[in-house]
Amino acid sequence: MTNHWVDIKNADLVLIMGGNAAEAHPCGFKWVTEAKAHNKAKLIVVDPRFTRSASVADVYAPIRTGTDIVFLGGLINYLLTNDKIQREYVVNYTDLSFIVKDEFAFTDGIYSGYNVDKRSYDKSSWDYARGDDGYVKTDPTLADPRCVYNLLKQHYTRYTPEMVERVCGTPKDKVLQIWDMIASTATPDRAMTIMYALGWTQHSIGSQMIRTGAMVQLLLGNIGISGGGMNALRGHSNIQGLTDLGLMSNLLTGYMTLPGEKEQDFEAYIGLRAQKPLRPNQLSYWQNYRKFFVSFMKSWWGDAATAENNWAFDYLPKLDKQYDMLQAYELMNQGKMNGYICQGFNPLAAAPNKAKLSASFSKLKYLVIMDPLATETSEFWKNYGPLNDVDSSKIQTEVFRLPTTCFAEENGSLTNSSRWLQWHWKGAEPPGEARSDLEIMAGLFLRMRDMYRKDGGAFADPIVNLTWKYAQPHSPDPEELAREYSGNALKDLADPKDATKITRKAGEQLAGFAELRDDGSTASGCWIFCGAWGPTGNLMARRDNADPTGIGQTINWAWAWPANRRVLYNRASCDPHGKPFNPKRKLIAWNGAAWAGADIPDFKVDENPENGMGPFIMNPEGVARFFARANMAEGPFPEHYEPFESPLATNPLNPNQPQAMNNPAARVFAQDREAFGKADKFPHVATTYRLTEHFHYWTKHVRLNAIVQPEQFVEIGAALADELGIGNGSRVRVSSNRGHIEAVAMVTKRIKPLTIEGKTVHTVGVPIHWGFLGVAKPGYLANTLTPFVGDANTNTPEFKSFLVKVEKV
Amino acid sequence: MSEMTRRQFLKITGTTLVGSSLALMGFSPGVALAEVREYKLTRATETRNTCPYCSVACGILMYSLGDRAKNAQSNIFHIEGDPDHPVNRGTLCPKGAGLVDFIHSESRLKVPEYRAPGSDKWQRISWNDALDRIAKLMKADRDANFVAKNADGLTVNRWLTTGMLAASASSNEVGYLTHKVARSLGLLAFDNQARV
Repeated sequence: MTNHWVDIKNADLVLIMGGNAAEAHPCGFKWVTEAKAHNKAKLIVVDPRFTRSASVADVYAPIRTGTDIVFLGGLINYLLTNDKIQREYVVNYTDLSFIVKDEFAFTDGIYSGYNVDKRSYDKSSWDYARGDDGYVKTDPTLADPRCVYNLLKQHYTRYTPEMVERVCGTPKDKVLQIWDMIASTATPDRAMTIMYALGWTQHSIGSQMIRTGAMVQLLLGNIGISGGGMNALRGHSNIQGLTDLGLMSNLLTGYMTLPGEKEQDFEAYIGLRAQKPLRPNQLSYWQNYRKFFVSFMKSWWGDAATAENNWAFDYLPKLDKQYDMLQAYELMNQGKMNGYICQGFNPLAAAPNKAKLSASFSKLKYLVIMDPLATETSEFWKNYGPLNDVDSSKIQTEVFRLPTTCFAEENGSLTNSSRWLQWHWKGAEPPGEARSDLEIMAGLFLRMRDMYRKDGGAFADPIVNLTWKYAQPHSPDPEELAREYSGNALKDLADPKDATKITRKAGEQLAGFAELRDDGSTASGCWIFCGAWGPTGNLMARRDNADPTGIGQTINWAWAWPANRRVLYNRASCDPHGKPFNPKRKLIAWNGAAWAGADIPDFKVDENPENGMGPFIMNPEGVARFFARANMAEGPFPEHYEPFESPLATNPLNPNQPQAMNNPAARVFAQDREAFGKADKFPHVATTYRLTEHFHYWTKHVRLNAIVQPEQFVEIGAALADELGIGNGSRVRVSSNRGHIEAVAMVTKRIKPLTIEGKTVHTVGVPIHWGFLGVAKPGYLANTLTPFVGDANTNTPEFKSFLVKVEKV
Repeated sequence: MSEMTRRQFLKITGTTLVGSSLALMGFSPGVALAEVREYKLTRATETRNTCPYCSVACGILMYSLGDRAKNAQSNIFHIEGDPDHPVNRGTLCPKGAGLVDFIHSESRLKVPEYRAPGSDKWQRISWNDALDRIAKLMKADRDANFVAKNADGLTVNRWLTTGMLAASASSNEVGYLTHKVARSLGLLAFDNQARV
């Protein structure tokens, strides 16, 4: 979230699209209710299903799954054509006035630089033009035909209300009604928030769907303001935290990135990430990358990280490609992986195409499970009849299953969608011999370190030199780890302006990332968390819920990254002179000498606004980008591509270019392409989703939840049920080209057939929560059906749009 | 209305105090007084925690028996929303309302287990044996397949034949330590649920 849960109450308009907060995030959704009740807010829900969020909406519109870019691209066209944009905001705070290189082009759905064999782009033309002074050329009048404004306008001319109706199936009058409501927030005194979740991420064009939403918000001046923002609801309690901490194949902590294998030169590695400003007097805060990186390396490798060895740069593994989950299972299936560890993760249930996963795990030599619960993955080798039809004797994988503690049995912090790090306390001992993940990881690591110390082995340095200064090495304390990722001074730190003054003594915790240095005198395991455990103690454990300004800014409750800031980009809530656009919802303001207010300023606190520094301080532009430059895989502007399994034969936006049917830059493995189904055999569109009574694959192990929602079902519209002769409560088989499930049919009026390109398209809803283990009635893993392809940038699987066939059993 | 409630409250608590004081002094009342059943949480230990499900991160209060003395085993028997929490203000959803059953789920794993190649069943294994064996398997795989330099002779220091998934429901502290260990080994096939 750019904003936070309570801030939703300040919205005048709420758009829920690509999510269903009422059911998946019920207690957060209460702030939508609050906005409706006390701020006269309206709620719009756009979803293939009439969800419980939709049931309390002022306006609901159906949409075909996977077509959100058409709906939102049409909205961009509408806002630009009708001049419903917040002009002062977009001219000063976005790149609309920036001039783009002449070489950049877009033809029939494909951008300049496409290589069809590699399914990727040479992105050199995707950039701004530079002036003689080295800075980007701009035209603040927005008249230049090559400025981002005109390119954007041109790009979305094809996205008309008629096109939306044809592709999305949303009735044109509904479309225009919603667009008009959204356009009303272009004024400085009205705010819209967008709430989205996996309904946007789980598509082969998911990242670009989210970008399109963000672009709408920028045009309306709704980013950085109270009651606005792009708010990812996030699925797990600490999915934000684990991403912040870099537990992804390509990341380090705090959104630093691992080097690619061609990045052998340390200075070049830093230089690429510490980008110089693209416009005069911009902060470009990533210029501090070296400080973050050196402090991080000191935290992990201590005295072994020195200026001479580039702070142990070569200890880091270097990438030749993405090693995301799907890539890992592809390698496994090819027999190229031997071991796999699942810590609190149930990939047999959570990843696409169960048959491929089962085959992949069967090729491993060893599989290690760490979990509080008995997961399907841990028993992938065991026969459960049709629900898991395997021959144990043919599976040679050694499997270890290690019992772990759960949340109630440990201290620690979780980072929620609002970026709040909240500390929690242990209430009981774990059952039986279960151990904390900290103890297990320490147990494995110390054993390996001992063997490397004693016997040597492949590149032992990063292992034997890893810092491990925990009071009980076999069982580090959460408190010790929190202090470590927050960070401390390694030497006495002198004031840069006055060397006689010591600002921080050696060993003292740091108050924030502004104190980090690039000379090895500071350590911080995760720079964006720096200050969470500061000189005064554990700020994550704070429990002052006072909200002095009444706009929900409880800044002494827990601690938010970065720097305890609650609304990101809050400088953009003020006009160029530092005056709040909306004085009723003031976050910060310039008081003549400094920025201050109800939030921690997301800006240089003493920067006079008249100097023209932009509010998007992490971007070298200083402003937000409509034109993504080379940062996205499939192009600088979001373009609609059909899901890899589509009911259509061509992409209506680009009917004459077969390469533009599906995301041209998405990675598809050959075997998985063959496993895609076609609409002639699998005529129904399917989408997976969660129920309010269940959480993923956990709560089928929980008695109360198993009682309230005991048995697997699929949701089928009344029209399709009539067509197939399926009665409510009867059993149906749902098949894709990869497998089938059987479940109870819930015949509903909540899913209506849509007319797409003159053809009737039925949508089938597949809740995900069942499996062959647990106290709920055993069921099929829903991901038996789903396709093995992901978003071109993130490789998040396309769970939300695929093709199936529904039959009566 | 709130005034009434407060007054009633004072009256009841006053009566109870007088009643119990009399009893303490040996003046046991002859007739049993109608009394409110003792609130079952008064003897419980309250611990503040966060719901581990979605990312709203509702504050919860966990109530357990056992006073945290060294020899006492705590047992959580009730969980409710934390009324002080600025987001959920004491409420919980149907998922969070069932949390106590998650802690005590019959599917909770209690002992380390091992499944041998080709076997169709689990067998017990001690923590020591399990961790020894896993560490040996990992080291053998890493030593055999670690790539120090790629085909072009560039330093890459990566280990691709073992992968790991971390849990986005684990704490920041667990995530941090897990990352530290995994990356020091050279792992690249390393993700958490943010990928799905």
